[in-house]
Amino acid sequence: MAVVFKKSNVITDVPFHYCPGCTHGIAHRIVAECIEELGMKEKAIGIAPVGCAVFAYKYFDIDMYEAAHGRAPAVATGAKRVHPENLVFTYQGDGDLASIGAAEIVHAAARGEKITAIFINNAIYGMTNGQMAPTTLIGQKTTTSPLGRDPELCGSPIRMSEMLATIDGSAYIERVSLHDVRHINKAKKAVKKAFEAQLAGKGFTMVEMLNNCPTNWGMTPVESIEWMKENMIPVFPLGVYKEVQE
Amino acid sequence: MKGNEAIAEAAIKAGCRYFFGYPITPQNQIPEHMAKRMPEVGGTFLQAESEVAAINMVYGASGAGARVMTSSSSPGISLKQEGISYIACAMLPCVIVNIMRSGPGLGGILPAQADYFQAVKGGGHGDYRLIVYAPASVQEAADCVMEAFEASDYYRVPALILADGMIGQMMEPVEFKPITKRKQPPKDWAATGNDGTKPRAQINSIHIEAEKMSAVCKGLQCVYDKIAAKETQYEEFMMDDADICIVAYGTTSRIVKNAVKKARELGIKAGLIRPITVWPFPSEMIAKATEKCKAFVAVEMSTGQMVEDVRLAVNGAKPVLFVGVTGGMVPTPEMVLEELQDIEEGM
Repeated sequence: MAVVFKKSNVITDVPFHYCPGCTHGIAHRIVAECIEELGMKEKAIGIAPVGCAVFAYKYFDIDMYEAAHGRAPAVATGAKRVHPENLVFTYQGDGDLASIGAAEIVHAAARGEKITAIFINNAIYGMTNGQMAPTTLIGQKTTTSPLGRDPELCGSPIRMSEMLATIDGSAYIERVSLHDVRHINKAKKAVKKAFEAQLAGKGFTMVEMLNNCPTNWGMTPVESIEWMKENMIPVFPLGVYKEVQE
Repeated sequence: MKGNEAIAEAAIKAGCRYFFGYPITPQNQIPEHMAKRMPEVGGTFLQAESEVAAINMVYGASGAGARVMTSSSSPGISLKQEGISYIACAMLPCVIVNIMRSGPGLGGILPAQADYFQAVKGGGHGDYRLIVYAPASVQEAADCVMEAFEASDYYRVPALILADGMIGQMMEPVEFKPITKRKQPPKDWAATGNDGTKPRAQINSIHIEAEKMSAVCKGLQCVYDKIAAKETQYEEFMMDDADICIVAYGTTSRIVKNAVKKARELGIKAGLIRPITVWPFPSEMIAKATEKCKAFVAVEMSTGQMVEDVRLAVNGAKPVLFVGVTGGMVPTPEMVLEELQDIEEGM
């Protein structure tokens, strides 16, 4: 019988702690498959964040760090400078990357740090029970914006891909979405491109993945996928924001 | 050579090849020296976007197996505390330099010893210790840096050089002695990329289960106990027949030495115990001195921090007095002498 799907050897056998219906698992699979397909398993170093993916260091079967909240790009900088030949990536959520770690990600890009950030944007703080994130949509209800995000009170969602694309040191920036198979396949291509650009020494790379959060959005997985498509993509348009050819 | 430059050069001589820092007075000559020297020796100097980023770059580089250093001064060291706590829990070796200025707050840029509590009682959150060296000269600062790298690698505990701004800024002759190497355990825990010949690296400080976290803390404590037993360093000065024992470290200890000499001319038998490591603290030596000495005096450039450890060591056996100036003021030998005369009159 032909094997049509198998788990990447870059994923361990530790059971994921992610909620049912969450797309983090897909994001992990994509990253793992790209590492495997590029033949970089033995050379990969990953940095887990604080947030839902705090235990990602248990799931990727490669050398891993667990970093302080928002500091993964700085940790990745230290690791990459010591091992410039390795594939070094961070895996960060929106609270981690776009809020507390805004300085670290901007300056990693400014230095043209040859790392890849996998940026999971689900417009909410998942691990801490659903507080407002810097990427929370206008009017979106969270535990710390119970009446819906009010731009007068707390501003508008921040668009990290667009922002980081303006920085000279950025070599590849793409925003993708994990809401259906076609887009998941696109997301995988984006990660591979980002990894390849890193390995070619082109500079800083990031793939922003729109994710769902059925638990904290208060929806069924199916509803959350629909909500993602209807509400998130208009605010966070998909596409390649930066691609340095040489 | 300036103290700051000697500290930077000593690190290079000790094999440090990665430095991550951020500008702040009065330690700027350390990153400046590193910026010049690191490319010459094939190392990496990187000016980070903040002290917070710098210490996390240290976490990254140390976790990758490198000898790495960062430096700052008081307010910047406060910013590094989060990272230091993570580094301590993940058991990563590194050397951190604090060229102390006055505080709290933004404070002033003149020398102080007001970060003692922060250095020896934790600083960041959680149950951890650093090996803390408190040099009293430019030569000793260079020596301590070399030793700090060796000790930190040996125990996998971060080491801190706690020097006041005077040590960083003054110029003195310095000789870079050959490093005393320890038999180091292999860094088989480092993240280098894993080819399957050893367990994969997991540089980590999260332990959700209470039993696991408790075991990690107990493991750290065992290491700290070993350090306390093996690494405590101090100097005794005119302690053989001393009636009054002064305890002082860093720049203050040099001023105290002058005061002790002047006191001796007046017939007052004073002596000095100078901690070279402030953690581990030479408590045992001080406790022993209670058998012969009638009084103890802690002299500091603070409103009274190390004096608490002196009191713990003396444990009520004899009176413990305190002489301190702070905010960038430096004590004079006369100030110390006056206190000694008062004690002598009262005895």
